[in-house]
Amino acid sequence: MDPALSVTALRKAYGRTTALDGVDLEIGAGELVGLLGPNGAGKSTLVKIACGLVRPSGGNAAVCGAPAGSREARRALGYLAELFRFPGWARAEEVLALHQRLAGSNGGAAERAALLEQVDLLHARDRRVEAMSKGMQQRLGLAQALIGGPRLLLLDEPTSALDPVGRRMVRELLERLRGQGVAVLLNSHLLSEVELVCDRVAILVDGQVVAAGRPSELVHAGGVEIETAGGVRRFAQASREQVPELVADLVRDGERIYGVRVVTSSLEEAYLDAVGDQQEGAA
Amino acid sequence: MSGVVVVAGYALRESVRRRVFAVVLLLTLLFLGLFAFATAKVFESSGDFTVGRDIGTLDATGLVASTMLGLAMFAILFLATVLAVFLTLGAVRGDAERGLLQPLVVRPLGRTSLLLGRFAAAASVCAVYVALVYAATTLIVHQASDRWPDAIVGPGLALMGASAVIVALALLGSVFLSATANGIVTFMLFGAGLVAGLMQSIADGIGSHSLGQIAHTIAIALPFEALYQAGLHALTADQSGFTGALIQLGPFGSSHAGGPGLDLWALAYVALALAIAAWGFARRDL
Repeated sequence: MDPALSVTALRKAYGRTTALDGVDLEIGAGELVGLLGPNGAGKSTLVKIACGLVRPSGGNAAVCGAPAGSREARRALGYLAELFRFPGWARAEEVLALHQRLAGSNGGAAERAALLEQVDLLHARDRRVEAMSKGMQQRLGLAQALIGGPRLLLLDEPTSALDPVGRRMVRELLERLRGQGVAVLLNSHLLSEVELVCDRVAILVDGQVVAAGRPSELVHAGGVEIETAGGVRRFAQASREQVPELVADLVRDGERIYGVRVVTSSLEEAYLDAVGDQQEGAA
Repeated sequence: MSGVVVVAGYALRESVRRRVFAVVLLLTLLFLGLFAFATAKVFESSGDFTVGRDIGTLDATGLVASTMLGLAMFAILFLATVLAVFLTLGAVRGDAERGLLQPLVVRPLGRTSLLLGRFAAAASVCAVYVALVYAATTLIVHQASDRWPDAIVGPGLALMGASAVIVALALLGSVFLSATANGIVTFMLFGAGLVAGLMQSIADGIGSHSLGQIAHTIAIALPFEALYQAGLHALTADQSGFTGALIQLGPFGSSHAGGPGLDLWALAYVALALAIAAWGFARRDL
């Protein structure tokens, strides 16, 4: 089975500015991959090439085995742009109905209702876009991206306008989609969110992937902290596997144990390390 | 094909919901009211003009009726141009800059279908508009003069064709230019067409073949002008003698017969403009 998204040696230059410089990335069915990087790193360009909005300067990009931008590729994907707008005069239902016709979906009213329900907008189905908050419009955009049951979902900053409840709703939705075998490429600045939901992460700096892997692989071990009656004892070089032994030693020494914490760096720290290293290297 | 229909329907619905048609209808009714008032007044004056003057074979009623129809033709082309430009000036780059285009373009329908849908919607709206206003002005003149133009259908079709050419040009401009720049360019092209018409009148008046050639070349390069001139010519094709000569001094001064060659050229021109627009749109990063 073809991967949902396969990107090989992808390059894109806008005049003299290089946006992507030999990016390789693959996303399998049901996989949720986070794309991280500073502004101008090339994240949106990568997503736009995948959905056919931007033509690559070199390399290959394929969606479910079809060349990115081809009709077959566009049929297989759903896309939510970072900066998008629906016509203000249209009602939520009309926006979805239009995209159903354009996508060739025959889901009808049932699909529209189900999608609006998923993004908690069923109550606003007859509301005009111009009367919606930015967050509501973003949730409508998400519903629009899910029309026709895409195999690959490309989300460019899908939660930038959402409040914490909305973000949680999107997180749960993405987890449900993963369960249904939908592949997701999530481009986001919200590292905590990416860490919570993504199977893998790719960090892009200056158009190149500088780090990639599972969040647990990217974060660094930071030792073990054990809370005792005498205060918190830190074992900087210890790993998770050593916890039982450490606790046993302390108890043997007469300490009372109140809590144990395996310390790891956050994805944010790993991200800052990767971005910082790269930028220092460039300097 | 179904994608073209969906996009055309979307564009038409947008015009309805944005009250474009309501505003256009209101202003057009205002124009028609003024035109009817002016026509009635002009015919009152022309009645006075003929009394007591024996100037041979002058058909004063025919002259005034033709002049008013010529003015109506110009007004209709201008109004249709305004409509065509505002329906299409931001269709590609403008909508892309506002973030409206991207969600549509990633759908399977394809960019060419999207472009053709926008063209079909705008050209249809302009064609219906031209047909209705042309019919109304012709009826107003007939009501006041009891005269029909020498050809009724041909000039209307020529104006409809002219508006389709302008739609195609504005759509082509929307691929490469921002909405404001495109609006300016399209109106300047419309102005260039008008200038060609004036040059043709002057060339005919002073008998300058080279000036006439330049005017003719511009009219062919901007076939909405050639179609307009052909439509004007057909309105008074059967007028001759002293009345026919006088008619040529008015808004019909630049009229010239068109023919099937012009119709074919206009069709090819629209097709070429749309093909270039589709080529440019396909290569544009959004």
